[in-house]
Amino acid sequence: MDILELDQVEPVVELSRIAVSSSHGEDSPYFAGWKAYDENPYDQFLNPSGVIQMGLAENQVSFDLVEDYLEKNSDTALFGNKASGFRENALFQDYHGLLSFRKAMATFMQQIRGGRVEFDPARIVLTAGATAANELLTFILANPGDALLVPTPYYPGFDRDLRWRTGINIVPIKTDSSNNFTITPEALQSAYDSAAASNFTVRGVLITNPSNPLGVAIEKTVLNEILDFVTKKNIHLISDEIYSGSVFSSSEFISVAEILKERNYKEKERVHIVYSLSKDLGLPGFRVGTIYSYNDKVVTTARRMSSFTLISSQTQHLLACMLSDKEFTENYIKTNRDRLRKRYDMIIDGLRKAGIECLEGNAGLFCWMNLGPYLNEPTKECELEIWKSIVSEVKLNISPGSSCHCSEPGWFRVCFANMTENTLEVALKRICDFMAKRVKKHNNHY
Amino acid sequence: MEIELSKVAVSSAHGEDSPYFAGWKAYDENPYDEVHNPSGIIQMGLAENQVSFDMVEEYLEEHSEQALLGKKNKRSSFRENALFQDYHGLLSFRKAMASFMEQIRGGKAKFNPERIVLTAGVTAANELLTFILTNPGDALLVPTPYYPGLDRDLRWRTGAKIIPIHCESSNGYQVTPKTMEVAYQNAQSMNMKVRGVLITNPSNPLGVTIPRSTLEEIFNFVIQKNIHLVSDEIYSGSVFSSSDFVSIAEILVSKNYKEAERVHIVYSLSKDLGLPGFRVGTIYSYNDKVVTIARRMSSFSLISSQTQHLLACMLLDENFTEKYIRVNRERLLKRQQLMVNGLREYGIECLEGNACLFSWMNLSPFLEEPTMESELVLWNSIVNEVKLNISPGSSCHCVEPGWFRICFANMSEKTLEVALERIGDFILKRRANK
Repeated sequence: MDILELDQVEPVVELSRIAVSSSHGEDSPYFAGWKAYDENPYDQFLNPSGVIQMGLAENQVSFDLVEDYLEKNSDTALFGNKASGFRENALFQDYHGLLSFRKAMATFMQQIRGGRVEFDPARIVLTAGATAANELLTFILANPGDALLVPTPYYPGFDRDLRWRTGINIVPIKTDSSNNFTITPEALQSAYDSAAASNFTVRGVLITNPSNPLGVAIEKTVLNEILDFVTKKNIHLISDEIYSGSVFSSSEFISVAEILKERNYKEKERVHIVYSLSKDLGLPGFRVGTIYSYNDKVVTTARRMSSFTLISSQTQHLLACMLSDKEFTENYIKTNRDRLRKRYDMIIDGLRKAGIECLEGNAGLFCWMNLGPYLNEPTKECELEIWKSIVSEVKLNISPGSSCHCSEPGWFRVCFANMTENTLEVALKRICDFMAKRVKKHNNHY
Repeated sequence: MEIELSKVAVSSAHGEDSPYFAGWKAYDENPYDEVHNPSGIIQMGLAENQVSFDMVEEYLEEHSEQALLGKKNKRSSFRENALFQDYHGLLSFRKAMASFMEQIRGGKAKFNPERIVLTAGVTAANELLTFILTNPGDALLVPTPYYPGLDRDLRWRTGAKIIPIHCESSNGYQVTPKTMEVAYQNAQSMNMKVRGVLITNPSNPLGVTIPRSTLEEIFNFVIQKNIHLVSDEIYSGSVFSSSDFVSIAEILVSKNYKEAERVHIVYSLSKDLGLPGFRVGTIYSYNDKVVTIARRMSSFSLISSQTQHLLACMLLDENFTEKYIRVNRERLLKRQQLMVNGLREYGIECLEGNACLFSWMNLSPFLEEPTMESELVLWNSIVNEVKLNISPGSSCHCVEPGWFRICFANMSEKTLEVALERIGDFILKRRANK
């Protein structure tokens, strides 16, 4: 019998509630667009009419710098001191992680913040990606049924990462375009009250700074207000700073770490930072995430829990070498910023020519595009309708705001860093044509 | 200030308060080194395989370009690899793992790469399966003695319970229908829903393969109770004689895969290949739903694509794998014999083992009283006076006091001889004192 195809009639043996729940999130349109892309992917030569992937927040604009580094340093980076270096490395499974790598991560995080704050390698806990880091922190800070407050719109993956196996609830802190999607004290309180009304114990606030999907760094005053809020409520604050190295201008990013320092804040034990190399360095396949916690107990517990999600020692070694090289990191951080800004300007310009405005952004690998004016009605249904045409007619996979829980219909996240400039131009042209057709159609009704 | 953490965070189910880890701490503070610290503690509590590394190193030396950076167009394949975060995992690597698992089983079972789910180590694989198969408060039945880490891996974040299937030396620690039923009833009496049986084959800490007849009994039991069977076969490549190992996969073949959807195999390269730092684990499930869900859940615990690529190259090289599997077995057997014979000279017997990186040593004749307390007293002297870290049976939930797991593959032959000498001195001194 061919085991490639077991004749699997509905099996009688039961699976868990977690297993059958839909909190894995894959039924969301966020993933439906991906499927459309997978079935008909754009290729400049082989499939020029295929779907262009603009729903994937990946950074491909600075890869050459990493490749250059590896070419020059292949011996040390890939092997260490040949034979014995490899053996020692392959045996190393200590959940503290390679000291050299923790030092390198701490230094890199400092450089990204312009040296304005310091990070202690002993507080760095390593995990296989920020996906794991966010879930792990949730396990540590909240009990099943508790709530984390998260500003909307937010990264669709949080629904799975924060809730699926942990059993916690996300209560949205709603923002809208009336004030450029800024988080306000009123919105924070409102979310808190909403949680209380549902009998959820609120355990913390989780912010992404700079924001995904907005592509904006959070302002200092807002960070201070958020810190005031969590202090007053005696809850935790998680700051996911995964895009911190992708802020176009270094002075515009303020990390929560800087706020703590400036205020000489005395209750640091409630603050935890999440970081990863998947976005800034463009290495999502290597699974490199970190939790930086100011809380000793959290550090100890997170470290133990990281046993379920350790980073390959082979990868730790490679990246320790690369990130300890100050010449490389300084050049990388600076060049990466410049190139991302250039891409951003290009897409904003291109969209504007098509009559589309975006939220004014200063970070990230995407822009937050406003198609609100083009909806027949300001509803989620209309948003999804226009989204479907964009995927199937314009052949662009972009992410609808509703999949990010945005309270205002018509906004879309459009990625610009996961493709060549050439492909971006093709995408912009398609949008232009699509918009021109719509205007024509609209005008023809009169 | 004291800000609250979750119940999971403050629970002690992380297991680090067990003696299993206390011995490690002692070792960390005073580690043996042949040259720099010859009177330090020898680590015999770590089940690591260092006897066959040279073969891996040789392979890498000959294939470094391809394995470490990707072939030909180096740049673009590095880039492609670094971007690859698909939770299906590299197809080449899944094929390599399937093929390697087949080779270990002498081709007696076939593995479909589509059923291979990749996780960062078996620690993650076992926990992940538990999340999928049990609800909080449900029970998994696990034969004792078992690997101490299971207390954390199966229970800590999942909220699942472990109910032991107690095994004893009187019948070579075999699981029986009777003992399984007792465990099942035990769980029921505590109002726990039993979701499955988890076995480790070959067994940690016993170092013995599970006989075919026992596997059949276990399989019949899970069918009868309509529950799952997880077979952790992490040491399958470390069975000294290939014909001794019967995988649950072979039982399924013999039954034409009837009832296969309740069976899930866990494997890893940490033990057989000696690469624990690379975090390579896999779940092989015969249940389509479990494969799909496990794959999604593996997002929390993916294997570095860099590592997947390296190992895909290595494990698809049949010249390498055939030789490695064969030679590794031979060397492990040699080490085991060295240790077992050495211990026998001092009057210490071990359970007759045919696999793994350790032996199950019987020190019960040397206990003051046949109690766990006496076992821990003896263990304390072994750690502090004899300066050997070994694992007490009680940390493995063994019901019979006096047994210890002692590892032999994580050191050089020379160090093993030093360890044996120290044991000899200890035994002689005790006899003299009596």
